[in-house]
Parts: sequence; C-alpha cells; structure tokens
Amino acid sequence: MSSYNDNLEKKFAAGEAVIAPAGFSLQSNTKESHAMSMANKRKVNLGAFLDKIFRNSTMLFAFLVFSTMFAIMATLFIASLPALKVFGSSFFLSDAWNPVTVQFGGLVPIFGTLVTAAIAMLIGIPVSFGIAMFITELSPTWLKRPLGIAIELLAGIPSIIYGMWGLFVFAPFFADHGQPWINDHLGSLPFIGVIFEGPAMGIGMLTAGIILAIMVIPFTSSVMRDVFEVVPPMLKESAYGLGATTWEVLRNIVLPYTKIGVVGGIMLGLGRALGETMAVTFVIGNAHELSASLLMPGNTISSALANEFTEAVGDVYTSSLITLGMTLFVITFIVLAFAKLLLIRLSAREGKQS
Amino acid sequence: MSNFNNRRYMGRRLTNAFTIGLSVVTVVFALTFLVWILWTLFSNGLSYLSMDVFTKNTPPPGNSGGLLNAITGSLYMVTVATLIGTPIGIMAGTYLAEFGKDGWLAPATRFINDILLSAPSIVIGLFVYEVAVHRIGHFSGWAGAIALSLIVLPVVVRTTENMLQLVPSNLREAASALGSPQWKVVTMVVYRAARAGMLTGLLLAVARISGETAPLLFTALNNQFFSADLNGPMASLAVVIFQFAMSPYEDWQHLAWAGALLITLFVLGLNILARFVFRPGPASN
Repeated sequence: MSSYNDNLEKKFAAGEAVIAPAGFSLQSNTKESHAMSMANKRKVNLGAFLDKIFRNSTMLFAFLVFSTMFAIMATLFIASLPALKVFGSSFFLSDAWNPVTVQFGGLVPIFGTLVTAAIAMLIGIPVSFGIAMFITELSPTWLKRPLGIAIELLAGIPSIIYGMWGLFVFAPFFADHGQPWINDHLGSLPFIGVIFEGPAMGIGMLTAGIILAIMVIPFTSSVMRDVFEVVPPMLKESAYGLGATTWEVLRNIVLPYTKIGVVGGIMLGLGRALGETMAVTFVIGNAHELSASLLMPGNTISSALANEFTEAVGDVYTSSLITLGMTLFVITFIVLAFAKLLLIRLSAREGKQS
Repeated sequence: MSNFNNRRYMGRRLTNAFTIGLSVVTVVFALTFLVWILWTLFSNGLSYLSMDVFTKNTPPPGNSGGLLNAITGSLYMVTVATLIGTPIGIMAGTYLAEFGKDGWLAPATRFINDILLSAPSIVIGLFVYEVAVHRIGHFSGWAGAIALSLIVLPVVVRTTENMLQLVPSNLREAASALGSPQWKVVTMVVYRAARAGMLTGLLLAVARISGETAPLLFTALNNQFFSADLNGPMASLAVVIFQFAMSPYEDWQHLAWAGALLITLFVLGLNILARFVFRPGPASN
C-alpha cells in the first residue's frame, strides 16, 4: 500500500501544474490581484459549469446501465407476445415442439436447463467447498497463489473450448468408462434406477451437467474462498486453541459465520450454470424429448436457442424461442438477485462487526 | 473413562483426516480437468496449426483453408465493442464511485450491473437481435459488436468503481484544496491513480468477449468470405469454431482445433497479462 502511495505522490507532484489552474496557485502580487480575481471568477464559473456537465453525464451513463436491464426485459417480453398469444400460459407446461405443425411448448428445454444446472450444483458445491477449504485452511502459503491462478485459468478458458473438449474427448471417454458403470451399478436400483438407465452414448444431460460443474467450480470456489477469509482469525484461533481439529473449526466456526456468503456463492454459480450456452450445446444432444434418464439426450433453453434460432422460420417459431430466452432471463435474474442480496447482507454484517 | 476419551479422540481425528483427504481430492479433481482440457487443446491445436491458418479464408468442406476472415472479424468486433463499452462503463463507474453517495440511482445501478455481469450472454444476443437485426433486416458486424459491448460494459463499470474507491480520498481533497474543479480532480488525479487497475479490468473484459460465442450467433452470424464491412454479416473465430467443430467434415474439425488453441492462448494470455503486468500492488489483493 505504502509503495503504491509513494508512487502516486510522485506522479502527483509531476502533474501539479496541470492539476492546479494557474490563477489559483499563488497570489503574491497585490497589483495584479484585482484583474486576476475577475479572471478567477470566470474560471470558477466555468469550472462549476463543467463540473455540472461532467457530473450529469456520468449520471446519464449510470442511468443507461441501469435501464439496460429493463430494456432487455421489455424487448424480450414484446417479442415473445406472438407466441404467448397463441399458446397462452400452457406454453410452459407443454412438451410439444413441432415446427411443421407450429406447436411449441417450453417444458422440455426448461426441464433440461433445471436438471443440468442441478447436476452441476450437486457436483460443483462439494468440490468448490473442498477447494475453498484447502486454500484457506490447509494449503501451505507457497501453494496458495499458484493454486488460485490455476483455478482462475479454469474460469478463463472460453466456454466453447469446454464444449469441444466435451464433445471430442470427454463424451467418448464417459461413454466407455463412466456410463456403463453407472448403468450397471445405479441403473438397477429400485425407484431411482430409471434415472441412470440408458444407452452409453456419451452425450446427454448427465455429461452436460458434469461439464457445467467444472465450469462453475472456479466461480463458486473463489466466492467461498473470499468469504472464508473474512472470518476473524481470533475466532478460528480460539477454537484451535481449545483443541478443535481443522474440520471442526471449519464446520462449527467458519461455516456458521459465512453461511450467507456461501449460499451467495452457490447462487452465483447456479446463475452461471443456468445460462451457459456453448458448452452445453455441444454435448446435450439437442433432443426435444422428455426423458427421466439422465443418460438420454435432452435440451436446454440456451442450447435450443443456439441451435435453432437462426434457422427458425415464421413468427410463432421465433417468438417461441424468444419466450424461452425470456424465461431463462427471468430465472437467472431471480437467482442472481437472490445471490446478490445475500452477499450484500453479509458485507453489511461484516461492516457492523469489525 | 480414558479408553472412552481415547476412542472419541480417535474418532475426531479420523473425521478430520477424512475431510482433509476429501478436500485434497477435490483440488486434484479440478486440476485434473484443467490439465486434461489444456493438454487436449495443445496436442490437437498444435498439430493443425500452420501458416495457412493465418493467411487463407475459411474453406468450403473438403478444401484446405485457414481462418483469416474469422480472425480479422473477431478483431474488428472486439475492438469496436471495447471502444463502445469502455467509455460508457468508465463514466458510469465514475458516477458510482464519485458522485453517487446519496440517492437511489447508485445502489440500484450497482445491483443491476452485478446481475448483468453474470446474465446469460445468449439472452444479450437475443436482445440485440431484436433491437439491431430484426428491425434493420439483416445480420451485421455492428450488431455483433453491440452485443459484445453489452458484455464489456458491466465488467468495466465494476472494475472502475472498485479501483476508484481504492484511491485514497486525501488525494481528492488535496486537489480540491488547490482549487481544481471536481471534473479535473477526477480525470487528472483519481483516474491517474487508478489507471493500472482500470486497465486490468479492461484487459479482463477484452479477454472475456474474445471467447464469447453465444451473443454473436444471432447478431454477426457468420461469413464464409473475408469482410471488413461492419454493415454485413461477419465471421468470428468463436462462431467459426462452433460451426466447424459441430460439422461432420474432418478438415473443418481440424481448423476448429487450431482456432480453439488460438482463442485460448489469446484469452489466457490476456488474463495473465492483466494479473502480472498491471498488478497495482498489494493494496488490491
């Protein structure tokens, strides 16, 4: 911090002439002071005027950002009206998807979106938690930074790369090594067996969910790591001093203290998983069929859009796809707003306690 | 009694060892995928990378070619998107950090901005399609650039606000005490102090849109030929990779791998540059 400040001050000193307008700097000569004060007044007026312009234009742009959200909502709503007029609210409950007879329903993609996101969360949450635990509590100091960078690299890889890797490498691998095992061991279970039964094709909702999990891990784990790190060291040290183990400190001290933030991080990850497009489009299989088995191909809102939107003919078809997009936006808005509110609450509490 | 305590103690230790073990497993799990993905990418990408990739346009199936039109298309749209999104984002971020102390606009914008930051990019593509493609009647590079700029915007707003808040207020006070008007204080003192951080945010934003595919699908579409006209459909690296990778043609798939390697190197390179070169110091960590 201090070296940063020093550096600033050097820059500041160098730029001093620019910062302080000439008329303001020194007024040692009394003879000139009258003429100068006139000039100063004009300068002050000009300065105040420019201030107003600057201030108001920043406000205008802030308002622009603010209104983007409503512009998106309104535009999508208007564009989805043709479909909603034809199908009404039954659009969301119908599993029809037939461009030829112009019958559309959103159930299959909505279901697929929710299921793949749920799988991603089921895998992503424990893994993110483990990573955050390792980085904050267990890792030797020298390993923390490289590990953080590695996790960030995972976040930096474009989603289309996940998709390609999923289609060409992971799906065949999973079809050979993962799915037969799942079929054999989980497919024969009573009641839930049907979820895990199906041909070992590689692509499908489970594959999409696993890839989504990998994509979500960096986001969720970095939020968890950040909130774990705000736990006052004194609390943790007290518990360690009483003889608690690492796990007990995490379970009984860190987690209760940070649970709002952890849920916020999970919600943030969920928001990502729901809206992710490219990685899912590659491996979901793009099938408009409702099936109980996770090994079967399905569809998500985003992959339906990516696959079909540019080829959609007719107002109702296009509008149905836009209705799906609006649904996705509303769902993610709710999830992300919830995440944001939780994180705001956490930081407010943190402010009070410290 | 001591036997009981001992057993209890052992139980706690075992639980602890078990959870620590699991925690290590999760780290290995994540790192395995990272290495696996990068290794796939490099081994496939490097073998299909050649000079042709940079000098020839995308071929019809079965012919040899390159990615020249896609690379230039991406560069065009990313540049335009950055030029649109950055000034707006900096201004909005300035309002949040400097002027929005009271009133409802700043907290509301902050909230909305954070949601836009993680909003599904395909929905942004849909929005721009409705606004800039449907109305005008044809796909265009401009529409693609606008869609990308909507993704740049929240990133720049966020980093600008955060970085301006890190600037010590005594700098502002010192400049104000010298009589400089507020716009000068902000543009000549605060921006200079926060320059490194703001640049980092900008680089991260560029990295983010360079790999974006979804918002370009319905806006810029694709173009098999070289085009420098932002008014017409424009190829981009990401969309070409998507199209080629999903195609049944081997040549196309090979080009897709080469493109995937290029795009990843570019994005990760920008990320690393942002982290190391412009690290503003320990204060921001």
